[in-house]
Amino acid sequence: MKSGSRLEKVLTAGEFAVTAELGPPQNADPEAIKKKAQYCLGNVEGANITDNQTAIVRMSSIAAAAIALSCGVEPVVQMVCRDRNRIAMQSDILGAAALGVKNLLCLSGDHQKFGNHPQAANVFDIDSVQLIAMVKRMRDDKQFLSGDEIKEHEPRLFIGAVENPFADPFEYRVLRLGKKVEAGADFIQTQCVFDVEKFARWMDMVVAEGLHEKVYIMAGLTPVRSHKALEYMKTEVAGMSIPDELIKRMQAVEDKEAKKEEGIKICLEMIEQVRKIKGVAGIHLMPIGWESITPVILERAGLLPRPEV
Amino acid sequence: MIVADRKPIEEILNSIKEYDKIMLAGCGGCVTICFSGGAKAVELLASQIKMARKKQGRAIEIIECTPERQCEYEFIDQLKDDLKSVDAVLSIACGVGVQAMSERHPDTITIPGLNTKFMGYPIEHALWDERCAGCGDCVLEWTGGVCPIARCAKKLLNGPCGGSANGKCEVDKDVDCAWQLIYDRLKKLGRLDNLKQVRQPKDWRTSTNAGQRKTKFEEAML
Repeated sequence: MKSGSRLEKVLTAGEFAVTAELGPPQNADPEAIKKKAQYCLGNVEGANITDNQTAIVRMSSIAAAAIALSCGVEPVVQMVCRDRNRIAMQSDILGAAALGVKNLLCLSGDHQKFGNHPQAANVFDIDSVQLIAMVKRMRDDKQFLSGDEIKEHEPRLFIGAVENPFADPFEYRVLRLGKKVEAGADFIQTQCVFDVEKFARWMDMVVAEGLHEKVYIMAGLTPVRSHKALEYMKTEVAGMSIPDELIKRMQAVEDKEAKKEEGIKICLEMIEQVRKIKGVAGIHLMPIGWESITPVILERAGLLPRPEV
Repeated sequence: MIVADRKPIEEILNSIKEYDKIMLAGCGGCVTICFSGGAKAVELLASQIKMARKKQGRAIEIIECTPERQCEYEFIDQLKDDLKSVDAVLSIACGVGVQAMSERHPDTITIPGLNTKFMGYPIEHALWDERCAGCGDCVLEWTGGVCPIARCAKKLLNGPCGGSANGKCEVDKDVDCAWQLIYDRLKKLGRLDNLKQVRQPKDWRTSTNAGQRKTKFEEAML
């Protein structure tokens, strides 16, 4: 075992794995984490704790992860390259591991332009691929990026990365995934899949390259409550592919509660569809602002109870 | 070339409000090419300032000049005598020119009239694009001649990020995604292998992170 995390155990056991997102609050309230942790407890392998997502200041992902841990929920700490240099990142990696964190997801990070401090300087001392390699080096070679030795207690982390099958250049996306695998990624969570057909084409390329045998790929899924959310993502978020039929389908439902039900149904259908795609090792649920729906979807998808490992 | 924009006229007027006689110094180098600081810009700005000050009821006298390059001592040393009679210099050279002027004429206040922006070139008439960040360790050899340090909003060496769509950068839809350009050029050159390699973290010591940089050309030293 590289980390001994539950997520690692489930994936290496060949079980279909489930993670879900848990966004920290824009305040210092630990109860906000504890409440959301209840939706994850026993229902998922790991809860992704976002790192100042969309560049909006929130509680630190490592602090929030420590609170999740205290609730019995295994965190997947997200770490972006936007806000810290290699010194601060390695320091935080040691700190996270010391607090009991066993999964770390490495990302570039949303540009600060999209957040609430667009005036901020960004860092990007290293990029996400280099971050993956750095964490692997700390874990496997017991070395800091400088080459200095970590004499004992190296951070034992299951290394995650992300990939967006819907961004451009499409044909390069698999090659870049290959770089992340080469750098040391153990698992991949993808950008939200709405366009299953395009995702399947991307997975075909992933399988053709044999990457599914080197890394566990989890399909990102986002349940939505309205067609407006889909329209927003389609027009405002770069690198998203939202089929018009989905928008029309949500639009056709009038009642608010019925819309929610339709959103759940769509998500359930997508879980069914992505499970059938060769190379998909699990799903990552991102119910943006709708964390309470996580257990409902997992129950109805037949993904509960989670396997014992 | 160095590209600079003129500061808003209100800011310029405010910065010289206490002076009655100034030198308005342009530069015959880069800023002449980008229209913000050449002889014509000097002439235009001088009349704008004079008109505004006249309106305010406090006329101002302006000595206009455009040295060949404001960033070289030999050209700005010639201004010494004229400087004796002015309260301040309003420089519409780049930040390098402003500092050369301040350093060479320390008894006179030099005020910047431009905001210096980047190193780049015109991609069409009157439109300039950034191309170089002066990082001190050029990577263009393997990127197909497109700089990811100057042109990617995240300075990625293993890009593109997930926000590249239809060839454009998610940060500004009017800006090309540098990594799409890199991909396209390398593909055309048959060098996509360049992108398969994991590029190591950059050594930023050659950039601005180690403080002010110097360079010397030994062979030419006196």
